Amino acid sequence: MTTPTAAPADDVATARRRVRPWRWAAGIVLAVVVAQIAWFLIGNSRFQWDVVGGYLFDSSVLAGLGTTVLLAVVAMAIGSLVGGLLAAAQLSDFAPLRWAATAYIGVFRGIPPLVQLIFWFNLAYLLPRLSIGIPFGPVFASWDANVVITPLTAAIIGLSLVESAYLAEIIRAGLLSVDSGQRDAARAMGLTPGQTFVRVVLPQAMRTILPPAGSQFISVLKGTALVSVIAMADLLHSVQVIYNRTYQIVPMLIVACLWYLAVVTVLTIGQRRLERHFSRGHGGRA
Amino acid sequence: MTTPVLRVRNVRKNFGDHAALDDVSLDVHEGEVVVIIGPSGSGKSTLVRCVHQLESIDGGAIYLDDELLGYERRGAGLRPLTARRVAAQRRRMSMVFQQFNLLPHMTVLRNVTEAPVRVHRRDRTEARTEALELLDQVGLRDRADHYPRQLSGGQQQRVAIARAVATHPRITLFDEPTSALDPELVGEVLGVMRQLAEDGMTMIVVTHEMAFARDVADRCVFMEAGRIVESGPPAEMFGNPQTPRLRAFLARHNATMEGVS
Repeated sequence: MTTPTAAPADDVATARRRVRPWRWAAGIVLAVVVAQIAWFLIGNSRFQWDVVGGYLFDSSVLAGLGTTVLLAVVAMAIGSLVGGLLAAAQLSDFAPLRWAATAYIGVFRGIPPLVQLIFWFNLAYLLPRLSIGIPFGPVFASWDANVVITPLTAAIIGLSLVESAYLAEIIRAGLLSVDSGQRDAARAMGLTPGQTFVRVVLPQAMRTILPPAGSQFISVLKGTALVSVIAMADLLHSVQVIYNRTYQIVPMLIVACLWYLAVVTVLTIGQRRLERHFSRGHGGRA
Repeated sequence: MTTPVLRVRNVRKNFGDHAALDDVSLDVHEGEVVVIIGPSGSGKSTLVRCVHQLESIDGGAIYLDDELLGYERRGAGLRPLTARRVAAQRRRMSMVFQQFNLLPHMTVLRNVTEAPVRVHRRDRTEARTEALELLDQVGLRDRADHYPRQLSGGQQQRVAIARAVATHPRITLFDEPTSALDPELVGEVLGVMRQLAEDGMTMIVVTHEMAFARDVADRCVFMEAGRIVESGPPAEMFGNPQTPRLRAFLARHNATMEGVS
């Protein structure tokens, strides 16, 4: 065997980092943009930051914020429940259930939420009295629709119906993403259909369901701004009431924006936590 | 002779026009190891899946300890059982799958204790102690707190076997337990199964491992095209096959084995 010629020994550990000019260029552009935005926000006196600060924790604004969060949570809760049932109906092997679920989703996902809200608010025109009884038979109790359909009930009904239609699709995709071998294994272990769903299928489906459901929660939170058109005292409506009186439109909208961003940030953090919880056993080593 | 643990009587199963099982009958007695061999698509897996009621059957009947599976007598005829009652019947059997099918969101230990605790309502600490013993037997006690994905295929399948026997089943069904494994991992799984057979477990094993069939089976069953073509003690089946089809199958198999080595 011959010894290698006496060239210098190569060692990649001694290599210097490559200069990347485009990264420098992009960095400089970004810095300029950020500086300009900051200058615009601070230097433009029309933002009236003192007014923003003054109203940020105003009691009517906080009440509106509470209504907005409450509406979003209730719509999400009802929407998840109904959406889960719709997803189950869509996966049923009984065809009429599938058709009914498909029709429901088609209708409530197909009509703009704003239109639905106004429609539900005006339900009394179509159904002056709401009653509980046997279909085509005796009536046990009935109420005046004008009393039952307040801005709050109209908002809850409208937002929940839209949410349930979207969540049904998200949940259905999640359930379908679980490997059929998992259902086999659960059944083979002697789990009942209910246990199979709760202990095996749903926890695994949650991995697929959570990211889009989180986005959906964020979009319903923002969607609650629509209820201001039916005079519901949500966050947007509460700042509108103030700027209609003071004409400080931009600072009051900034107040609303800051609160929307704050709640969405909290939701996003919560979503990440949940995602981590349901990805147990997947991804990296524990 | 005692009544068999499992009786399969004239079972038929169709997938569309295709007869997956065609008049299959089979008895399995207490402590017996029945190994089912045959070419792919011959109905071996379908048979064990039908026994465990993961598939419905289209004719015939299956009995576990003389209890009709999946149906009850109502007046003159038979009616299907509810899913809950089918689940109750399944609790007396266990199954090991080709793809392991461990529950990925539960630790190894929870996979083994889940059925004893949730289904058989056993005491949690007692189930845990027994599960750790079983994991010890399959050589994986130190992996109890790992998640399935952190284990090799062979280790996962050994956990699946521990999970299957944790419920003290009357019979354990193995559906090609080594077919999804890398060749060097097959041995560790077969070793565990061999031990269970020696301990007297009643088993049906669907496999392509001819050496296992020859050494461990009390009885061997050869299936082709949804029918049982030949069955008997492995020494006779392998030494002196009676039907031309079994002879052809064994010849093909030997040829591929030689091709490998």
